[in-house]
Amino acid sequence: MGSLGSKPGEGGFAAVASSEGSLGKIRDTASVLYSQRMASYRDLLQKVKAEIDEVDARRARELIDSDSPAIVDVREREEWDEGHLPGAILVPRGNLESRIEQAVPDRSKPVLLYCAAGNRSAFAAQTLKELGYEHPVSLAGGYTDWKRNGFQTELTRSLSPQGRMRYSRHLLIPEVGEEGQLKLLDSRVLLIGAGGLGSPASLYLAAAGVGTLGIVDDDVVDESNLQRQIVHSTATLGEPKVESAARALRELNPDVQVLPYRTRLTSETVEEILDDGWDVIVDGADNFPTRYLLNDASVWHRIPVVHGSIFRFEGQLTVFKPYEGPCYRCLFPQPPPPEMAPSCAEGGVLGVLPGIVGSLQANEALKLALGIGNPLIGRLMLFDALEVSFTELQVKRDPNCPVCGDEPTITEYVDYVEFCAAGRGA
Amino acid sequence: MASVRIPPPLRTETGGEPVVAAEGGTVRDVLVDLVSRFPSLRARVLEDGEVARFVNVYVGGEDVRTREGLDTPVAEGETVILLPAVAGGLH
Repeated sequence: MGSLGSKPGEGGFAAVASSEGSLGKIRDTASVLYSQRMASYRDLLQKVKAEIDEVDARRARELIDSDSPAIVDVREREEWDEGHLPGAILVPRGNLESRIEQAVPDRSKPVLLYCAAGNRSAFAAQTLKELGYEHPVSLAGGYTDWKRNGFQTELTRSLSPQGRMRYSRHLLIPEVGEEGQLKLLDSRVLLIGAGGLGSPASLYLAAAGVGTLGIVDDDVVDESNLQRQIVHSTATLGEPKVESAARALRELNPDVQVLPYRTRLTSETVEEILDDGWDVIVDGADNFPTRYLLNDASVWHRIPVVHGSIFRFEGQLTVFKPYEGPCYRCLFPQPPPPEMAPSCAEGGVLGVLPGIVGSLQANEALKLALGIGNPLIGRLMLFDALEVSFTELQVKRDPNCPVCGDEPTITEYVDYVEFCAAGRGA
Repeated sequence: MASVRIPPPLRTETGGEPVVAAEGGTVRDVLVDLVSRFPSLRARVLEDGEVARFVNVYVGGEDVRTREGLDTPVAEGETVILLPAVAGGLH
């Protein structure tokens, strides 16, 4: 080395450095000299970095591909929330000693540690060495350098502190937890109707943090609605229901994106609405043409439908999951003739009944979105509010179903008003 | 004697009764006896001597169409459930 320009035989720091010609020796000597006072952070870091293995971002990426190491992010949660390496696990350095054995039980497995700039991870790598890990490696330059190289990152796959507070009662349930809650926030549920069933269903889905809620309805809020349609209020009388509902849902939970479709579901509008992409549809329609149209569309798009209907004191509830269970046409191939199908406007309904059935629909929609439990596929529940009884009926797929059967005869939209008006003679 | 559960939209035909008694060992016999007791139910349940296509009939929780249709046996004291489609979510 000799670049320090000192001559052999001279004493002191430069002499040693020069005579050995090794940077490491300079460090050793320096640390001896400095050890006469307290070591600074810089000294400590330098010492640690000399003792551990470091890789740059490019090499780290190769390592990930070849050795599939455990990738451990030792930063704080707030930093992690802003983005992290794909496949990484978060073990903040403050919890490293206590949590690493659970996170990476196999000490022979390579561990790639990183932080923002490569310093905290250097200390972490040393700690892992002390704990007996055989191949800890620190990412020099850290996440900052990784990102600068344009390598793949993953954004916030964890809840914000506010989210953890808001959804804390979900996080406590093992079947939901943070992963499930994030799933809900990523979910898209379409509600047909912002009426009696859509009111409680949409409120509970919004409260639960379903990230995107679409609402299809062309009606305006009428005074006679308020006896049961609790998403609306006296203050929103005369407003389009989708707007009234959207406001209430956003006020309840600003995490939720509400997409109002102020239209009737028709053969003309259905494709455009379904093209927006939905995981689950909650059907609270008030008429047969819409229900048959929605059925056919959902079968063709393979979107599960949570079906609910109510009359006076009784509700019906089931889930139509295309090709896994029956569809609406398997259950009811034909609607009743119009003169035999009194609407609620004629027949009336106990205000709380849609509250119960709509809440059960929300329950089914959440289960489908989370992929938990036993959804009501192939099972029809009858709820009698006067008796307080549930009756479960089996519903089977009909191999001759014109839409989801073995040889479907209906493969495009028909005139649903005509189909339903035809009733029995058809 | 079997019990027949009348769905809410058809209860006007039974004077508001949610459950009525009917005699018979098969679905056919039970329904024939039912409509003889409540004649206005006939057009709402039967169609050309068959169960109307817009009404489902369940015995033991199963749709009789997936069993033996009108010949499906009904045991003494068993409940036959009539179920028409109901549109209402209502606006």
